[in-house]
Amino acid sequence: MRALMIYVMAGMGGFVIMSLELLGGRILAPWFGNDIYVWGSIITIFMTALALGYLAGGRLSLDRPGLRRFAALFLAAATLLAPLLWYADTLLAWTFEHIEDLRYASLFAATALFAPATFVLGTISPYSVRLLVDTTHRSGAVAGGLYFVSTLGSALGTLLTSFYFVLWFEINTIIAALAGVLAVLAVAGFAAGRR
Amino acid sequence: MKQLVLCLIGALFSGAAHGKVLHQERSLYQNVLVVENGRERCLQFSVKRDLRNQSCIRTDHPEEMVFSYTRMMMAALLLRDAPASILVVGLGGGTLPGALQTLFPAARLDVVEIDPAVVRVARDYFGFIEAGNTTVHTMDARVFGRRARAQARQYDLILLDAYNGEYIPEHLLTREYLEETRNLLNHGGVLAANTFAISHLYDHESTTYEAVFGQFLNFRLEETANRVILVARDGLPTADFRAARADELQPRVARFGIRLNDYLGALEGIRDWDADARVLTDQYAPANLLNR
Repeated sequence: MRALMIYVMAGMGGFVIMSLELLGGRILAPWFGNDIYVWGSIITIFMTALALGYLAGGRLSLDRPGLRRFAALFLAAATLLAPLLWYADTLLAWTFEHIEDLRYASLFAATALFAPATFVLGTISPYSVRLLVDTTHRSGAVAGGLYFVSTLGSALGTLLTSFYFVLWFEINTIIAALAGVLAVLAVAGFAAGRR
Repeated sequence: MKQLVLCLIGALFSGAAHGKVLHQERSLYQNVLVVENGRERCLQFSVKRDLRNQSCIRTDHPEEMVFSYTRMMMAALLLRDAPASILVVGLGGGTLPGALQTLFPAARLDVVEIDPAVVRVARDYFGFIEAGNTTVHTMDARVFGRRARAQARQYDLILLDAYNGEYIPEHLLTREYLEETRNLLNHGGVLAANTFAISHLYDHESTTYEAVFGQFLNFRLEETANRVILVARDGLPTADFRAARADELQPRVARFGIRLNDYLGALEGIRDWDADARVLTDQYAPANLLNR
């Protein structure tokens, strides 16, 4: 049961990362266009933030690893998504006025808007490996299973967002829902970690 | 059966076999082709699967406008006196900017085109020559609009021709973009947009324009699947005004193959769309998903 929950949480982490990445392009387009450098900025920032998140997640897992600390990561990610709902336009307007070159403008905006949440989402994968591995012998199989669910979650997040969510909902509605799902998983994790 | 097979083969190759390819290049945004067929030379973009003519000229009558939507865009001139400043979004083969340069040589003309390949092709194959007070800005139209606004630049006439049938830059079809564009209009300014008359997008586009500009002239003709939206910042002029403008302008636009008198009756603006269709915004902009 505990293992199933960790797999579901890791899968949702992957889902949120890619859904957010696709919405990132939509959020930047009204200010910097839909050009290749806008996508280049977004992908660069997501990859960098994830890379650092993996490193940090591994480090964090060294110190008294547990489900409640794992759940706290989800709460942090949900909290870091919230400013997007209110401050994205202010930040984009400021960036547009102050950075002339659209490449660096979109790189800066992508960093400020998406790097914090993505960094925290990156910590999930290595941390969940630590929670699930009990023997060295099984560590590869556990890591494989976690890559499987989190990457499949990413694929699903990409598909649902680009095919359906943007057709049905406003961007902010989708982001609020992503934050909501992360918060619910955090609460579930806390509850399960108490026992 | 044999004929059917021949027909099918013919259909398969018609795209490729039609005319001579004068130029082909893959830009960052699309495949750009220049194809000559008899006396017609066309600019084609392929973003998805099939090629569609974006702009054509007759090599023996280069001024004549081949497409009805290009001619329809010129109906914007019926809504006001001669413009002194003009913005064209989307260069294509340069037909519209070229005609406006001829008609209003003293006007300041800004053209925005995102694709440098299209700018090159318009110059090299479609005879587009920038007159002294014409400037081509190779950048995203939304970025251009914001910068123009920051410099307090405004226009008497704006022509939006940025969408082709296959692909719509979605950030250029939202309430916010239209509001930004409305702010670029001078007092008495007029805007014409070349848009679609088919698919669900027709309804959404109509409610979006209405949300920003209020009542507009919904200019449709039987002969084309395009629709031209005509808007005036400070209210639409009367039918009498438009008729008088048509009489005045007709001798000057005849060279482009335009018959303004034929347009007067069709300008009446029928509200034939679903008024409940959701307005497109920066938050909700699935234009390409709706255009099916």
